[in-house]
Amino acid sequence: MGKTIIDKIWDLHCVKSVTDEVDMLYIDRHFIHEVTSPQAFTGLREKNLSVLRPDRITAVADHNVPTRNQHLPIENELSKKQVDTLVENCQEHSIELFGVGHEKNGIVHVIGPENGLTQPGMTIVCGDSHTSTHGAFGAIAFGIGTSQVEQVLASQCLLLSRPKTMRIEVNGDLGKGVGAKDVVLYIISQLGTEGATGHFIEFSGSVFRNFSMEERMTVCNMSIEMGARGGLIGIDETTIRYVTERATISEEKIAFWNTLHSDDNASFNRSVEFQAKEIQPMVTTGTSPDTGVGISKSVSASNRNSEKGLNYMGLGNDQQMIGTNIDYVFIGSCTNGRIEDLRAVAEIVRGYTKHEDVTVWVVPGSNKVKEQAIKEGLDKVFLAAGFEFREPGCSACLAMNDDKIPSGAVCISTSNRNFEGRQGDGARTILASPMTAAASAINGKITDPRTYLN
Amino acid sequence: MEKIISTAIVLEIDNIDTDQIIPAKFLKSTNKEGFGEWLFYNWRYDENDNPKPDFPFLQFQRDSKILIAGNNFGCGSSREHAAWAIADYGIEVVISSQFADIFKGNALNNGILPITVSESCLKALLKYFEREKTCAIEIDIEAQSMKVDAKDIYINIRFDIDPLKKKFILTGMSEIEYLVQQKEEIINFEKTHVL
Repeated sequence: MGKTIIDKIWDLHCVKSVTDEVDMLYIDRHFIHEVTSPQAFTGLREKNLSVLRPDRITAVADHNVPTRNQHLPIENELSKKQVDTLVENCQEHSIELFGVGHEKNGIVHVIGPENGLTQPGMTIVCGDSHTSTHGAFGAIAFGIGTSQVEQVLASQCLLLSRPKTMRIEVNGDLGKGVGAKDVVLYIISQLGTEGATGHFIEFSGSVFRNFSMEERMTVCNMSIEMGARGGLIGIDETTIRYVTERATISEEKIAFWNTLHSDDNASFNRSVEFQAKEIQPMVTTGTSPDTGVGISKSVSASNRNSEKGLNYMGLGNDQQMIGTNIDYVFIGSCTNGRIEDLRAVAEIVRGYTKHEDVTVWVVPGSNKVKEQAIKEGLDKVFLAAGFEFREPGCSACLAMNDDKIPSGAVCISTSNRNFEGRQGDGARTILASPMTAAASAINGKITDPRTYLN
Repeated sequence: MEKIISTAIVLEIDNIDTDQIIPAKFLKSTNKEGFGEWLFYNWRYDENDNPKPDFPFLQFQRDSKILIAGNNFGCGSSREHAAWAIADYGIEVVISSQFADIFKGNALNNGILPITVSESCLKALLKYFEREKTCAIEIDIEAQSMKVDAKDIYINIRFDIDPLKKKFILTGMSEIEYLVQQKEEIINFEKTHVL
């Protein structure tokens, strides 16, 4: 029986099997940020331990940073302390830091790939569940808790149960106005938030093959929302082109990467297949990412809603999603804060202005994304439309900084979670693609983006 | 911590995510202490920080060490603050029919035992302990058994736990202590590791 790429990468990193279930896995790349790392460094200090491999770690401030006036000191005292603590810890342990204002600063899952730090075949961890994003490069990438951050700092290893594997295939051609976000929201709506628990996923099939790296990142990013430990996409020319444009890689290493693919007769613990033609632009209806429905449908098209969730959202079962009022639009996050996402938004809104009752925040995923957007004149399109174009950070995806949606307000968001209170206490979140968010901003109502595409 | 005998708190809600266990506004701390008072904060308190009387959590015994919760407990964010909040509140065992992977790891790293039971068993437990707030559950980690022997109910089941993680819970050894002891092997591994 052949092996999956997941098993191959895992075996390459297995230092030893400790029990029948648990392996000691070596970690190639460790990203850290200000929110989930301070307690790990304190733990090291208390145990009198040092950082084993500082050169395998990259630090970034993203979760808790303001998206306005980043040149000024952070006003919130606690946020400032977290960011300052990260700076101190990095200095003490000689860890590379892309701090606030640094040209390479941005959301951890945006800056890793765009600076060539994320590479095929690697094991990659970060104290953040959306670390699965890096799986787009054919890597085993997953989120960890702070105790595990401390373990990787001290030993570059983790004690993990061997992975179960799952193949999710999507074949066929996507319709106009249907993007990577819609594909992943559709998959989650079919499988449920616990549909892939315990598994690493390989996304395969023509839809993912044809995707750019940025589209692949959007899909892998949300693997965690179906409960998966991580999700990856096989290495191909698209992967290698993206990486070699950003890092110097030897021919030998590229040749090795090309050997890392699932064998034709590889056995997965589970396999599911979907058809691209079934997928419409998607919007969520409830307080869980698996409550997505095709935009032309009503709330009742999802059978995953709870009464509690619909009450929180203020939506009834017969509510049509198109035409549902919105108050805020958030475009950004590690799911959809990359340059292709901003281009997709600009394409829709060029020549239009936002609805007067709607507030729109465009938050680029990194300084590089921001600079590229300015270079292409996208910032002017956004400003002309009445959108705010901010500085990079996690922002309203989890609302740890000042970018909070007020209680009761409805936000159509390109982020990844619509949990109760996720974007602020009492905030109501509808997850969607950048195109759908942009079209909805114009009308102040949920709007099918296809009406704005020629 | 070999045996735990305690009453239980019941939260019959599926897919309880870590944003509910500990909302993001409480993640600005740089230490691990004091998170218990913020456990399920937005469910326990309204926007003016007044307790919500309809939230069932507070009707159970305050000294309960066991939480019985709906399917897929701990999904979402990797924030270990969720495990710190549960532990700080005094809970040592969470029972559900499924746990999200990252939460499960975080729980074990904080001495919280996640026990996975069948859906039918969970249903029976939720129903019974919703009503019987003074009845105790007996958990024996060494024997990997969970027992309820009371009026109208008898449950005696064995639960799974990896032998290594079990050893850590019983001896109080931490994963990091174990890993640091393997340093020589790790450095040897690195010599031939290509990636």
